[in-house]
Amino acid sequence: MTTLIKYIKSFTLFELMKGLKLTITYFFKPKVTLNYPNQKGPISPRFRGEHALRRYPNGEERCIACKLCEAVCPAQAITIEAEPKPDGSRRTTRYDIDMTKCIYCGLCEEACPVDAIVEGPNFEYATETREELLYDKEKLLRNGDIWEKQISENLKRDSKYR
Amino acid sequence: MTSLSFELTIGILKIFSFVVPVLVSVALLVYLERKVLGAVQLRKGPNVVGPFGILQSFADVLKLLTKENLLPSSSNKFLFIFAPMLTLILSLIAWAVIPISSTYVIANINIGILYLFAVSSFGVYGVIIAGWASNSKYPFLGALRSAAQMISYEVSIGFVIITVLICVGSLNLIDIVESQKSMWFAIPLLPMFVIFIISALAETNRLPFDLPEDEATLVAGFFTEYSSISFGLFFLAEYANMILMSSLTVILFLGGWYPPIDIFPLNAIPGIFWFVIKVFLILFVFLWVRATFPRYRYDQLMRLGWKIFLPFTLIWVVITSAFLFYFGLLPN
Repeated sequence: MTTLIKYIKSFTLFELMKGLKLTITYFFKPKVTLNYPNQKGPISPRFRGEHALRRYPNGEERCIACKLCEAVCPAQAITIEAEPKPDGSRRTTRYDIDMTKCIYCGLCEEACPVDAIVEGPNFEYATETREELLYDKEKLLRNGDIWEKQISENLKRDSKYR
Repeated sequence: MTSLSFELTIGILKIFSFVVPVLVSVALLVYLERKVLGAVQLRKGPNVVGPFGILQSFADVLKLLTKENLLPSSSNKFLFIFAPMLTLILSLIAWAVIPISSTYVIANINIGILYLFAVSSFGVYGVIIAGWASNSKYPFLGALRSAAQMISYEVSIGFVIITVLICVGSLNLIDIVESQKSMWFAIPLLPMFVIFIISALAETNRLPFDLPEDEATLVAGFFTEYSSISFGLFFLAEYANMILMSSLTVILFLGGWYPPIDIFPLNAIPGIFWFVIKVFLILFVFLWVRATFPRYRYDQLMRLGWKIFLPFTLIWVVITSAFLFYFGLLPN
């Protein structure tokens, strides 16, 4: 009897029809594609994207050249040189991040005592040459200026979990 | 003299009136395939080039045309270039006998179905020559597979066609369609119809029977070594063959240019419209099947062809002819 059912099933293409039925229901389902450059998906406030160096509202750099980020960086992507300024405060003279080495772990951000180095929400910074990915202090500060509004908002939204 | 050149001009115009729509519908079919596959996989498919991405295949053709045509140093140059041309020519000359309506056909010959069968059997030569001339292992394996596959499925296609011919009593494609005016052959010969569609998939090397170009095991099968427009010609030929096989299905089983029911608002619509709609539906089935089923293994394909389809179609030929003979329904 079971063999008879098996034969009937295989000659009426029963299983194949079941498969076709499944695909046709998917054919009419709403699609999940995002038209990427025009449409973007949501990003968490903790998103670890392109790095930025932040400033205080009065325009002064936050970074105090403690070099904790340099020490904690597992990929050794950060290079810092520092010396005292005329007013006696410690400030960096050089702050380089090699974006080709960086593994986007976010440890620099966590190590920073003054929230100076952060990983912002931007992930669209592909370049045409490798050299453009060797960020210096100027580039990082400029990123900070560009993304400051979103970065501070994200830090505020995430602060209760930190 | 003038009447001869006049007839020649008419003939050429007629040929173009078939070839150009076929080539354009190949482009649209490639677009449609990507859209259908996308929709089944919850994607959108091409939607950037032109409205709804409809110009995508034209952009792809332009890309292929601007690429370099590589000739492998160990290949047989003449055959290597000749194979894609042969494949495309064979897939286009078959259109000579396809009737779009009761009057519109390039060559209304009374052995139309035999001609079609011969031309589609020739199609395997393009594939074998391509695989042989490439002088490379994957194309060679692809060519061998395709030869075995096409032979095994042509046998069952032959018996399916014989069943239809027994019911019609003529080899002329127009006669075949006209004998379906009251009832399409897909209804009384449903099992044959299903077997014909499955064999057509195997004949045109479509999934789940695309073993000659099996990406998973043979890189790209018989056209692994091809690039640029010679690859494009194979691609074009494959899709033109798909359209050809679905037109053949429509002619043999779905009543060609006749509307589903012969009543007023439906039979006022020109026959060409019905023909195109039916071809489109069969093509959609091809794409739907491609989106659904995984590829057959080679021995499974052979088993299906020789051990199931061949005896099954043979028995059906006998049953059909016995039925027609017993009830005195044999045509003339």
